[in-house]
Amino acid sequence: MTEFIKLPAAELAGLVADGTASARDITQAHLDRITSTDERLNAFVTVDAEGALATADAVDARRAAGEQLPALAGVPIAVKDIVVTNGIETTAASKILRGWIPPYDATIVTKLRAAGLVPLGKTNLDEFAMGSSTENSAFGPSHNPWDLARTPGGSSGGSSAAVAAYQAPLAIGTDTGGSIRQPASLTGIVGHKPTYGGVSRSGLVAYASSLDQAGPFGRTVLDTALLHEVIAGHDPADSTSLDAPVPAVADAARVGANGDLTGMTIGVVSNLSGEGYEPGVVSVIAATVAQLEQMGAKVVECACPHFDYALAAYYLIAPSECSSNLARFDAMRYGLRVGDDRQASLEAVMAGTRDAGFGAEVKRRIIIGTYALSAGYYDAYYGQAQKVRTLISRDFATAFSGCDVLVSPTSPIVAFELGPRAEDPMAMYAVDLCTLPASLAGVPAISVPCGLSGGLPVGLQIMAPVLADDRCYRVAAAVEASLNSPVLATAPQL
Amino acid sequence: MHPPSSMTPVVQQPDAVTAPITPRSFDQVIASYQPVIGLETHIELGTRTKMFCGCAAAFGDEPNTNICPVCLGLPGALPVANAAAVESAILIGLALNCSIASWCRFARKNYFYPDMPKNFQISQYDEPLCFDGWLDVRLPGGSVDEDIDGRVDGNANGSADQPSSVRIEIERVHMEEDTGKSLHVGGATGRIHGATHSLVDYNRAGIPLVEIVTKPITGTGERAPEVARAYATQLRDLIRALGVSDVRMEQGSMRCDVNTSLQPIGASEWGTRTETKNVNSLRSVERAVRSEMCRQAGVLDAGIRIVQETRHFHEDTGQTTSGRSKEEATDYRYFPEPDLVPLAPETAWVDSLRERLPELPAEKLARLQAEWGLAEKDMAAVLGADAVQLIAATIAAGATAEAARKWWLGELARRANSDGVELEGLAITPKQVAEVQQLVDRGSLNDKLARQVIEGVLAGEGEPSQVVAARGLEVVSDTDTLGAAVDAAIAANADVAQKVRDGKVAAAGALVGAVMKTTKGQADAQTVRTLILERLSAS
Repeated sequence: MTEFIKLPAAELAGLVADGTASARDITQAHLDRITSTDERLNAFVTVDAEGALATADAVDARRAAGEQLPALAGVPIAVKDIVVTNGIETTAASKILRGWIPPYDATIVTKLRAAGLVPLGKTNLDEFAMGSSTENSAFGPSHNPWDLARTPGGSSGGSSAAVAAYQAPLAIGTDTGGSIRQPASLTGIVGHKPTYGGVSRSGLVAYASSLDQAGPFGRTVLDTALLHEVIAGHDPADSTSLDAPVPAVADAARVGANGDLTGMTIGVVSNLSGEGYEPGVVSVIAATVAQLEQMGAKVVECACPHFDYALAAYYLIAPSECSSNLARFDAMRYGLRVGDDRQASLEAVMAGTRDAGFGAEVKRRIIIGTYALSAGYYDAYYGQAQKVRTLISRDFATAFSGCDVLVSPTSPIVAFELGPRAEDPMAMYAVDLCTLPASLAGVPAISVPCGLSGGLPVGLQIMAPVLADDRCYRVAAAVEASLNSPVLATAPQL
Repeated sequence: MHPPSSMTPVVQQPDAVTAPITPRSFDQVIASYQPVIGLETHIELGTRTKMFCGCAAAFGDEPNTNICPVCLGLPGALPVANAAAVESAILIGLALNCSIASWCRFARKNYFYPDMPKNFQISQYDEPLCFDGWLDVRLPGGSVDEDIDGRVDGNANGSADQPSSVRIEIERVHMEEDTGKSLHVGGATGRIHGATHSLVDYNRAGIPLVEIVTKPITGTGERAPEVARAYATQLRDLIRALGVSDVRMEQGSMRCDVNTSLQPIGASEWGTRTETKNVNSLRSVERAVRSEMCRQAGVLDAGIRIVQETRHFHEDTGQTTSGRSKEEATDYRYFPEPDLVPLAPETAWVDSLRERLPELPAEKLARLQAEWGLAEKDMAAVLGADAVQLIAATIAAGATAEAARKWWLGELARRANSDGVELEGLAITPKQVAEVQQLVDRGSLNDKLARQVIEGVLAGEGEPSQVVAARGLEVVSDTDTLGAAVDAAIAANADVAQKVRDGKVAAAGALVGAVMKTTKGQADAQTVRTLILERLSAS
């Protein structure tokens, strides 16, 4: 059993494909792992054991019938509970949606099913993906398998904890301002935010539409790339989805594993350093950059002056969009309804439901966004933030005219303790400093484990131009290959 | 500039004016004020599917059957713009002589109301798809005052043969999605006030709408009400000609909101405007402007200011009542819709749509006027009565242009007026009218009998031939029968007969009347007259 849960997805799929192992046994092993560990981790909101085993059996039946199986068929996967799943409760970790059983699948779930992946259940997150620690979940925080007193990051912390703790070899996350990359960094796994429009948003409970992207988590770069190829591609149901070929990310991961970066120019973003960056993180990143140079890359410093305003711009744009996106949770059609005694007014029921159903951080962002979009303030806040966004995109364009990729720490700090930071919104927002620029510009970015600081994992963020996701994977695979042993192998046993 | 849809949450507020104010007569209004009006018209497009999803855009289906995650606004569902709807909107823009934006975006209009699934409406804000157009509107005949600073053309010299027309400037044509439909149950009025509960039908949610907004229409003076009606009528005809909507006001596929304000004559600033909703027929467009002008003048003359507000028109009373005050204007927090990509119609596409424009009403009217041989004044009357299509169809069914016009503008117009309906709303078809006229042409009916047949058809007694048979309305053409009646009339009115014999031919009318009376009107008066004169001159 243990052998299954420690194996990479690519190998598990191979075992299923050649009949060495059944998808059912592999799935059962992961379900058992969840049973034995999730009381401590709280990675899952919903475990769908029955559905998972049925899906696994279907894969086994396909193989038995002599069918050629897709690349990751039979491999279990954890899905962030903000991704809509037909017939399976989808909560976005909010009381306001608890009990909602969607009547349709997100496009990426349809793709997972078609590819024979086996969804194990739905993972925890900060409510509506708003947060960096899972402490904003209505169902309590998830815990970092490296140190249960610490956060696995957020908002996709349930997914990162599940993959890092061998509950699942793969997971789906969503990233609006860093919600895949930061949790990957804090748990020592790989997480990629695709180019905006690279993966369909149809069926992602929207937080900030112009920023939201679903993406893959894995313990290896290749696994992550294989999952990326399953979920990516144009979707007619999402107008913002790009009608372009999916970058060949799995090939790039294989090429990168050779450890040869000759001919590549890597820019180190000078603005993503300095005050607020833990010395331990800074030195691990510096060592990794030196390693990249040794592998043949040319390393240059890149100034991206407008990145300094990313935090301010993000915390206007995302709340503005969220204030509108979350308006639909009004007790009328689905989800929580509070105070409907047949006497109370419509407004009272709507307001009472939203007051009872939303957590403090969600309310904070709705209020900020409502304010920022108000007549008389729009130009000064939302409008100005959009201008900053344009300038950040130009910074990227300038940088990419001289570099193939840009690198930085994924997070200025390693996994932090649950509790203290949750009391201070600004301190929590600052955790996202490194990941926000790529979100605002819509460019792809990956986080790959590159070392330890104080016994906790550090991630390197690699950013590339739009639709050049393959470059992220190539460099990430080279980083992975340069390590003596995978970062995660040094994690304490649960 | 950006009014709420009719489904904006209604916060009931008392009328700002609580003391009874007497409305002014229309003549009094005109003596002291110039009206400024504006129309915002919503057209439901007749596309097969909704604006942002694949659900059927059908009218009258079982509630909540044409719905899906997108038009219900379920979490995670995303809109995708319907290309056919965009095409229809561009056609409307082109027909209204608008510029078509080369790049524009949808915007979210945020407000809470249960019939709006997402609690925002996808609309357009400062980047409409079509803008800066115009529609030349022909007015019914009659002279136009000369003090209207040239905005109403063509008839300033008072010549009754000239049509008058007014150019209505179009500010914008933009696209948006319709809301669901609320049904308030348990109250007396069907309004939310007093209801015990409300039901929502989302079939309409997401049906594509086009909103057409005029620039303020000034200088039309006492003709403002009819200008409003003529615009709405001719806009409807234009859109019907394009074939992009069935534009039926009674079904809500065309909805007019009417803005009205009064400017004291000599004042330099416009007055405060009100927006009148719930205007459900073309006739009501005219009535709503008229009644709002009279009400506002009463308020202003009492020294009270006009409150900027939404008002509701009542079909039964012809009056408006206060809806929601806009003094503290709702902030819709418009921002570009991030779930949709910008619309960027290519020039080649727009040009191909321009080439596809069918014959538009203005050209068609000119053609029909020539074909029917009508003077300007008569054509204007046809237009004013909204009878073009009806007359054309009656001619197509076999009547002459003259006869078709006579029926629709005469007897039928009177009937429609006394019943308070549009001509189209009468329970008679052009084919039936043509059939009646054919009976007249064959001599089977005289005018009086024909009117009775029409009355029977309108009363639901069946086809004209059935009414003739059931009511026994055939003209008495049997000369023997008539001859007997004539002889009887001469005998009974010997003194009159003698006058006729003495050369006072005009006196024969009394004898004709007597014969018509005994034949219950079923004789041809001319035949009777001839018979009388034959007998009296022969003796």
